[in-house]
Amino acid sequence: MRMTTKLRIAAGALALAACTNPAGLGGDAADGAGAGTGAPAVVPGSAQDPTSAAFFQQSVGDRVFFEVDQSTLTAAGQATLDGQAAWLLTNTDYTAIIEGHADEQGTREYNLALGARRADAARAYLVSKGVAETRLRVVSYGKERPVEVCSDEACYAQNRRAVTVLAGGLTS
Amino acid sequence: MRRVMMWAFGVWMMAVAALAQGPLRIEITEGVIEPLPFAVPDFQPENAAATELARQLSRVISADLVGSGLFREIPSSAYISTPASFNAPVQYADWKAINAQALVTGAVAVNGNQVLVKFRLHDVFSDRELGAGLQFSGTADGWRRMAHKVADAVYSRITGELGYFDSRVVFVSESGPKDARRKRLAIMDYDGANVQYLTDSNALVLAPRFSATGDRVLYTSYETGFPRIYVLDVGSVQRRALENQDGTMSFAPRFHPNGRMVVYSLSVGSNTDIYAMDIGSGAATRLTSTPSIETAPSFSPDGSQIVFESDRSGSQQLYVMPSTGGEARRISFGDGRYGTPVWSPRGDLIAFTKQSRGRFHIGVMRLDGSEERLLTASFLDEGPTWSPNGRVIMFTRETQGAAGRATLYSVDITGRNLRPVQTPEGGSDPSWGPLQN
Repeated sequence: MRMTTKLRIAAGALALAACTNPAGLGGDAADGAGAGTGAPAVVPGSAQDPTSAAFFQQSVGDRVFFEVDQSTLTAAGQATLDGQAAWLLTNTDYTAIIEGHADEQGTREYNLALGARRADAARAYLVSKGVAETRLRVVSYGKERPVEVCSDEACYAQNRRAVTVLAGGLTS
Repeated sequence: MRRVMMWAFGVWMMAVAALAQGPLRIEITEGVIEPLPFAVPDFQPENAAATELARQLSRVISADLVGSGLFREIPSSAYISTPASFNAPVQYADWKAINAQALVTGAVAVNGNQVLVKFRLHDVFSDRELGAGLQFSGTADGWRRMAHKVADAVYSRITGELGYFDSRVVFVSESGPKDARRKRLAIMDYDGANVQYLTDSNALVLAPRFSATGDRVLYTSYETGFPRIYVLDVGSVQRRALENQDGTMSFAPRFHPNGRMVVYSLSVGSNTDIYAMDIGSGAATRLTSTPSIETAPSFSPDGSQIVFESDRSGSQQLYVMPSTGGEARRISFGDGRYGTPVWSPRGDLIAFTKQSRGRFHIGVMRLDGSEERLLTASFLDEGPTWSPNGRVIMFTRETQGAAGRATLYSVDITGRNLRPVQTPEGGSDPSWGPLQN
């Protein structure tokens, strides 16, 4: 892999690496744009840039979901984490914080502890797939940061999650 | 600044045994169905500067008493006569005629920034005063505290128990939509007055907890990006983070009654256990070591035991262990999940949150788990805190759906008198401080 550019976005939270040779990224590339083999019109850092955080979030999948009051990874969750692990092993310049979340059906303290279990389940899986422990941290938000606001299972299922949030690179 | 001085004039008769014989008596534990009728005519202004305050004082006193659920105010429109002056003889017949069993009379003088409040409590049907008159002096900005002190004295003389009106609550003030909620620490009088903010809302803050003396607050903040415990001095609003091991998360702190120790939860990897820390030295001791979740610890008033929640049985239940750790015994056995236990300041009951069949409840049980009593039911009730006299519980109620909002509520330990506490924004995670001096 050859690093060509490296830039900081304004907030300084993410180090975005642009890479001309996105090897080892599995079959499900970004939809349409940028996937062609012709002249690469990929904007570095955009969702079409397979080394970008945006690509990780949208195409690899940054989150896994859990059953009610559970922190066991589902088969779908493991598949997503397999993709995350492969990506992280390729894009070694990134570290990540894994956020554990719970739905609102629980007390605040218990949900913090449950979120820690979920985040750690994702972390442990990534480590088992070869991602260095030093690149990963976990944090639990309990039920404090829902992404869906309805009080039905459809929303709760989206909120019971562990999200891998890419952060500044190791060398940055 | 808001200090209030109190002394008795005449003889201070704290004769509880004698009170028990009198007709003016409320037994709180029995659950009051018929509130006691009382009247509190506007206090007498002793100078022109006191006119407005005289009216306001009587309104706050009335709101305290009525708000307790134990008293019912007789409106001034029913009065036959009003006292001509503070020292004029009370026309008991006029108050008996409108069935005012208790009558509170008072006077107030304002001199510059100084306020002097005097009051008497009358047992109307006995044609006599109940206890001696009292007077309080303080500064003008502390006038509400003087009203609360009068109400506490009335409550105490009639129930034989300590009051709770001159107390403060620290809580989380919430604003913004559910998926972008902003939270900041706030402190207020127990009735929602005099709200002051203790933090900004740049960092998520959770679950503030008062020390036994009300001088400090423990809370959890995400200031560093990770949950970590802070201790804040209420007077100076200075705060500092407690000792913390990098890569761990700490939350759910509560003070030991001695104010020098804190008990809290620490998450290392997937496991959450309970630890105790000496606040001064930062030395921590691990109190539980199981692979399950142990959290929400709360000390007994004598500091010898800790009640906490654990899912070691497979679901959230309540346990009690010695404050030095060691074997824990399970105390909750009902249907459902139990969390956030809090030991009553009287030592006799544990308040908790219960989740059962899709509903949340605030409840109380005895220390051995017997006599479980659910006081509330809603989509989401949680996080009880005790009034300083152990007779009222404040908690968070959150409504469901996209527009869901958190509000503080209070309820008495018999399950009566459920009422919202008015706050400027949404409110959650209340912690009720001690009766002030």
